Amino acid sequence: MTPRALFTSLSVLLVGLFCASLLIGPAGLGIGESLTALIAGGDDPLALVMQEIRLPRAILGALIGVSLGLAGAAMQGYLRNPLAEPGLIGVSGSAALGAVLALQTGVAASFALALPLSGLAGAVIGVLLILMLAGPRGSSMTLILAGIAISALAGALTALVLNLSPNPFATSEIVFWMMGSLADRSMSHVWLAGPIMLVGWGMISLTARTLDALTLGEDATSALGLSLTATRLWLVLGVAASVGAATSVAGAIGFVGLVVPHLMRPLVGARPARLLWASALGGASMVLAADIAVRLVLPDRDLKLGVLMALVGAPLFLHLIYKTRREFA
Amino acid sequence: MSVFVRRSDPNILAAVAALLICAGAAMADAPKRVVSINLCTDQLAMMLAAPGQLVSVSYLARDRRSSAMADLAEGYPVNRGLAEDVFLLKPDLVLTGDHTTPATVAMLERLGVRVERFSLATDFDQIADRLRQMGRALGREAMGAAAAARFEADVAGLQSDAGQRMARRAALYYANGYTSGDDTLAGHILAAAGLANIASELGMPAGGSLALETLVMAGPDALITAERFEGHSRSEDILNHGVLRRVAESAARSTTNANWVCGTPHVLSAIEGLRE
Amino acid sequence: MTLLSLEHMTVTRGARRVIDDVSLTIGAGEFVGLIGPNGAGKTTLMRAALSLLPAKGTCNLRQLKPSERARAVAWLPQQREIAWPVDVETVVALGRIPYLPRGASLRDDDRAAVGHAVSRMGLEAFAGRIATQLSGGEQARVLIARALAQDTPLFMADEPIAGLDPAHQLSTMRAFADLARDGRSVLAALHDLPLAARYCTRLILIDAGRIVADGPPRAVLTEENVAEVFGVRGAFAETGAGVAFQVLEALP
Repeated sequence: MTPRALFTSLSVLLVGLFCASLLIGPAGLGIGESLTALIAGGDDPLALVMQEIRLPRAILGALIGVSLGLAGAAMQGYLRNPLAEPGLIGVSGSAALGAVLALQTGVAASFALALPLSGLAGAVIGVLLILMLAGPRGSSMTLILAGIAISALAGALTALVLNLSPNPFATSEIVFWMMGSLADRSMSHVWLAGPIMLVGWGMISLTARTLDALTLGEDATSALGLSLTATRLWLVLGVAASVGAATSVAGAIGFVGLVVPHLMRPLVGARPARLLWASALGGASMVLAADIAVRLVLPDRDLKLGVLMALVGAPLFLHLIYKTRREFA
Repeated sequence: MSVFVRRSDPNILAAVAALLICAGAAMADAPKRVVSINLCTDQLAMMLAAPGQLVSVSYLARDRRSSAMADLAEGYPVNRGLAEDVFLLKPDLVLTGDHTTPATVAMLERLGVRVERFSLATDFDQIADRLRQMGRALGREAMGAAAAARFEADVAGLQSDAGQRMARRAALYYANGYTSGDDTLAGHILAAAGLANIASELGMPAGGSLALETLVMAGPDALITAERFEGHSRSEDILNHGVLRRVAESAARSTTNANWVCGTPHVLSAIEGLRE
Repeated sequence: MTLLSLEHMTVTRGARRVIDDVSLTIGAGEFVGLIGPNGAGKTTLMRAALSLLPAKGTCNLRQLKPSERARAVAWLPQQREIAWPVDVETVVALGRIPYLPRGASLRDDDRAAVGHAVSRMGLEAFAGRIATQLSGGEQARVLIARALAQDTPLFMADEPIAGLDPAHQLSTMRAFADLARDGRSVLAALHDLPLAARYCTRLILIDAGRIVADGPPRAVLTEENVAEVFGVRGAFAETGAGVAFQVLEALP
C-alpha cells in the first residue's frame, strides 16, 4: 500500500469512528438531532450531553490513541525491539503513579497544569529506568524483565498511596488507574491534557529520521551525521509528555502501543519513520473503537477500557513472544 | 391509717415487696454501661440514654460530615469499633447496626457481651420504630415512646404541607454516579419536601447507577449532591463534571449533609432544608 | 587533496593505550588496506577518526560538524545490523540521509545514487526483496551499497568482505579499487592478506596501536614484518594470474 493510500484510509477510519463515538451512549439519541445539537449548541439537555459528555470523550479517545500509538512506535524504533510499548515497559504505570501522587497530595490542585505535568514526571522516570536497565538492542528478555520490575514497583506504590488516602473512595480507584477508562471525562480534561500531548507528539516526530537510520545500528547512525544524544532526549521527553498526560486523565491503558505498530508495520514496509504517523492514526482509531465497544458490549456495567485492550492485546503479545522464541531457537 | 405494718397483714407486705422487687428489677434491667459502635445507634443513644448510661460512641459520631450530633459526641469517649476496644470498656450492652463488621460483633457475642442490632431505617415509620427499640434497649421505654410520638407528629405536619406544593423534580447524585430511589431514606426526605424523584421516573425504586447523560436528559429542577470527602477521589470527580455546572445554571443545586445520613429525627431538618 | 589526516592520535582505554601516537594521511585515489592482528586497534583507529570515540591528537574529520562529516566520509561498521524487515532499496536509500532535509523524500539525484550503488554491488535482482530475508553475504553487500549510496569522497569500512563467498569478495574488492580509480579513497580494515595485497594501492600495518609499516603492499608485507606481527610465514609468489601474496605456514 502506498503511503498516501494508507494515510487516506486511516484518516477516513478515524473520522468514521470519531463520529460513531459521538453517537453512542446511554441516552439513546437519534443521529440527526445529536449532530444538530452538537453544532448548534445552547442550553437544552441534548446539546449539553453532546458538547459536555460525548464530545470530550471522543476527543480524548483520539488524542490518547495518537499518544499511545506514537509512543509505542517510537520506543520500538529506538530500542529496535517490537515488544517495547509504554504499558508493557512500565511507562504508563509510572505515569499513573505520578498522577496519583499529585492528586492525593493536593499538588494537582495547586496550578492549572499540575496534574498532567506530574504524569509526565512519573513517565520520565519510567522511560529513563527502562533505558538504563534494558538499553538499546538489549535482548527481549531483559526488556520484559525490566518492564515487569518497573510496572510492579509503580503499581505497588500507587496502591500504597491510595490505601493511605483519607478519602474512603480512594482505595477502589486502583482499578481505574491500572485499567484506564474514558467514562465521564469532561472538556476540562481535554484542555488539561491536550496541549501537553501535542507538545509530546512534536518532540517524538523530531526523532523520525534517526529511527529510520537506527535500522543500521548506532555506529552507522552517528556516522550519518545524526545525534543519538539529542534523539534520546526528544524520545524521553516526547514519550513522557504524551503518555504522561494521557495517563493522568484516563488511567493506564495498555497494549495500544504494542498492537497498533505491530499491525501497521507490514503496511509501511517496516520503516520506522512511516510507522510513527501510521501508528498515531491507527492508535486513535483503536482507542475510539475500544471505547465504543465498552459502551456497546456491557452498557449497564462500567467495563474498563483497559480490560478490553488486554483481551485483544494479550493474545497478540503471546504471539509475539512465540515468534521471538522461534527466532532464537 | 397506721403507718406501721402489722405482722398480721401479709397482703400489704406482699404488695410492697412486689413493688420493690419490680422497681429493683426494672433498675436491674436497664444496662449501666452501654457502648455504641455504629453511627446511627450513636445518635439515637445520645438522644435517649440516661446520664452516665452511655459510656462510649463510635469515632464517626464526631465527624461533622456524617454525624448530626458531632458537638454532643465531643462529650463522650470514642471507640474504633474493634472488639478489643469495646470489650475492655466492660459494657453490658453493645449497640450496633445490621451491617457493622460481622466479625467484630460475632467476637463480642462469643465473649458473652449482649448485643442489640438496629436495622437501617429507610422510611419515617421505621425511624419511629428504631426510637422505640432504642428506648426498650436502654430501659427508657417511656422516653423512647415519647420521642417516637413527637417525631411522627412532626412528620405528619411537614407532609400535609408538602401535598400542596407543586411537584418539582429533583435528582439525587452521589459519588460513582449513584442515585437514591423512592424506597430509600433520602427518597422519603425528598418526598416529604414535596419533590418528585427522577429515579422513580426512570424505574429505579431503590436507586443505583445513573449515567450522567441520562441525568442531564432528565432535566431536573433541583440537583442534590453529596458533600465531598477530604482528599481526592475519582469516584467523586463526577460531581465536578462540567456538565453538572451547566445543569446547575438552570436548576437549584444543594448538597446533602449529616442530617441525611441516619434514620433519626434530624431528617426533619433535612426536609426543612430542602423546602427553602 | 587530503581526505584523511591523523596527527599524533592516541586513544586510551583505562590505563592502556589502544592507539598510540598514530599519524597518517590519505589522499585522493587511494585504496588503503588497514591490516594487523586481532586487537591491534584497527577498529578503534577508524572509529576514533570518525569521532565515535574520545581521542587525543588532531584529525581533520573530527573537526567537521557531524552533518559535514557525513558528506565527507561513509562508515561501514563491522557489526552488520538490519534491525527491521525493510526492503533492500530502503536500506540502500538510508545512505542519502546526510543530503536530505528532515522529512523530505528522495529526489532524482538521490534515486540515481541509490540505483548506481545497487548495480555496482550487483543487487538489481534483490532490490524489492526484504533485506532481512537475504543470506548473510547478500546482506553484507546491501550494507556496502548503502555506504556507496552516500557518495562520499572517503569510504571507511571495517572487515567489509568477511563472510562473503569468493566471487563476491573479489567483486567487492574490485568495486573498491574502482572507487579509488575514480578519484575517491577507501580505507578498509582487512584480514585477508592475499586480497589486500592484490587490490590495495597501499597498506598500513598496525600492531599494538602503533603503525609498523606504511606503503605499497610489497614494501609492507616483508617476511620479517609478517613473521613478527602475524606470527606466520608469507611470501609473494608468481602465479598464473600475476604476482600474489600467500600465507604459507604458522610459525612456532
